[in-house]
Amino acid sequence: MSVLELTDITGGYGETEILHSVSMRVDEKEIVVIIGPNGAGKSTAMKAVFGLLNLTAGTVRLNDKDITHLAPEQVVRKGVCYVPQVGNVFPNLSVEENLEMGAYVRTDDFGPRIQEMYELFPDLRTKRSEAAGALSGGQRQMVAMAKALMLDPKILLLDEPTAGLSPKYRGEIFRVVRDINSIGVAILMVEQNAKQALNIADRGYILVDGQNRMDDTGPALLSNPEVGEMFLGGGTDKAA
Amino acid sequence: MIDLLNFHIIPGLVLGSIYALGAIGVSLVFGILRFANFAHGDTMTLGTYITYTFIHLTPLYGIVALPLALLIAVPAAMIATGLIVLIIDRLFYRPFRNSPVIIVVIASFGMMLMIRSSIEMIWGPQLKAMITGIQPPWFFFDTIRVLPKHVAILIAALVLMGIIHYLLSHTKIGKAMRAMADSPDLARVTGIDTERVVKATWMIGTALAVAAGVFLALDGQMKPLMGFSVLLAVFASAILGGIGRPYGAMAGGLVIGVAEELSTYPWIGDGPLLSPGYKAGVSFAIMVAMLIWRPNGLFKGKVF
Repeated sequence: MSVLELTDITGGYGETEILHSVSMRVDEKEIVVIIGPNGAGKSTAMKAVFGLLNLTAGTVRLNDKDITHLAPEQVVRKGVCYVPQVGNVFPNLSVEENLEMGAYVRTDDFGPRIQEMYELFPDLRTKRSEAAGALSGGQRQMVAMAKALMLDPKILLLDEPTAGLSPKYRGEIFRVVRDINSIGVAILMVEQNAKQALNIADRGYILVDGQNRMDDTGPALLSNPEVGEMFLGGGTDKAA
Repeated sequence: MIDLLNFHIIPGLVLGSIYALGAIGVSLVFGILRFANFAHGDTMTLGTYITYTFIHLTPLYGIVALPLALLIAVPAAMIATGLIVLIIDRLFYRPFRNSPVIIVVIASFGMMLMIRSSIEMIWGPQLKAMITGIQPPWFFFDTIRVLPKHVAILIAALVLMGIIHYLLSHTKIGKAMRAMADSPDLARVTGIDTERVVKATWMIGTALAVAAGVFLALDGQMKPLMGFSVLLAVFASAILGGIGRPYGAMAGGLVIGVAEELSTYPWIGDGPLLSPGYKAGVSFAIMVAMLIWRPNGLFKGKVF
């Protein structure tokens, strides 16, 4: 059964239409990756889920319930958490305060959950009282992911989690994404490092010019010569 | 030298803590709602008149002594004024939440005039006194001379700032306010109830404005223009501390208050360096200088 299903999404920011009838779905416990050239509408597709877009057509369904027109804070309450590409932590709040904010809608005791997050991201435990803005890019990304996981979401949306990170941290992020997935959280992520991403993905979607170009399983896309030529070639991705 | 302490530094600290309380509110509103609230000075005035009403037009003052009457009336006025400000926000600011900032700034400018006119219509334009009679000063070591009301104002301001610090650093709503000041968009996708944070911001900023107004009235007189007349100094304090940063606003207020009072000390010759009539010019000069050379405030980087 699909956790998240986008059907014929059309829309953009203000008057500009960026997505033209885009459809995709994420099934339970899946890792789904969206790849495509710059400006293809990858991040925009993700924002559509969160009600951050003007949609002129199409529906977003979560566990078969229509969430197309919900405000972002309501989508969060339904169990969808989103890590934007930039500005994804509160820089002047400490690491621990960031996690507390991630749990804002929880009314129960989330202390144990914070401890779980420190186990998942051991680096953060020592930095717990430091301002998130003072951390390195990779650590900030971990704060952002831990913050999003505080709600124990059904599905996690990650917008280019490895953008601008060193190869060491890139590998670390992909490892963590797999860990998160293995505890039952479905993941939809946009990724520039297509090869690494497809390696851990169950399925992938390729968007071009705001339209679906191709979708298949991760391994199938990796071995597809057309995909290889477009996104994986050139030996640019040494870390893979 | 002792005159410097008695007649300039101590009154400067008192004035400074009043500015600081006002500036925290301006800074919080700026940080979270992203606009400079011109009506803040007149919110101070409104709160002062409501406090006055609670004290003098109810049997309260007859039953208990003035300090206790103030302790009851001021919190009541904070709540009453806060509720009025929430209604103002709902009717005049919230419709412009997603409009360009200048629109809501002008709305607050209009609100400023409306609040002031309402005060003049309800309570009249004449001067009033929150307390009457002359208080003898206290002397320490035979030379240091302090008015009891100044001691009370300084202590109360410190307590209020302590409460604000606790609120911002230890409570869920305070942390959410800081989070929203950092990034309103991220706050929304994190699930923070931003309208609730906005309401809390208005209540807290207004409560401090009421305290500042009452202290100003205790220190001098009550008149419908009292809040507006310190608005410039309050804005200067907020900018000095780095607008949007409540702790900076506390420091900025104290600096501006002391600077204004020090400007009238006879540093050169016998007369005051600056005629007291030009005191307000000091805060204006500091504000302009800050905007030119340090527009991010004295304490760059650290927000809370």
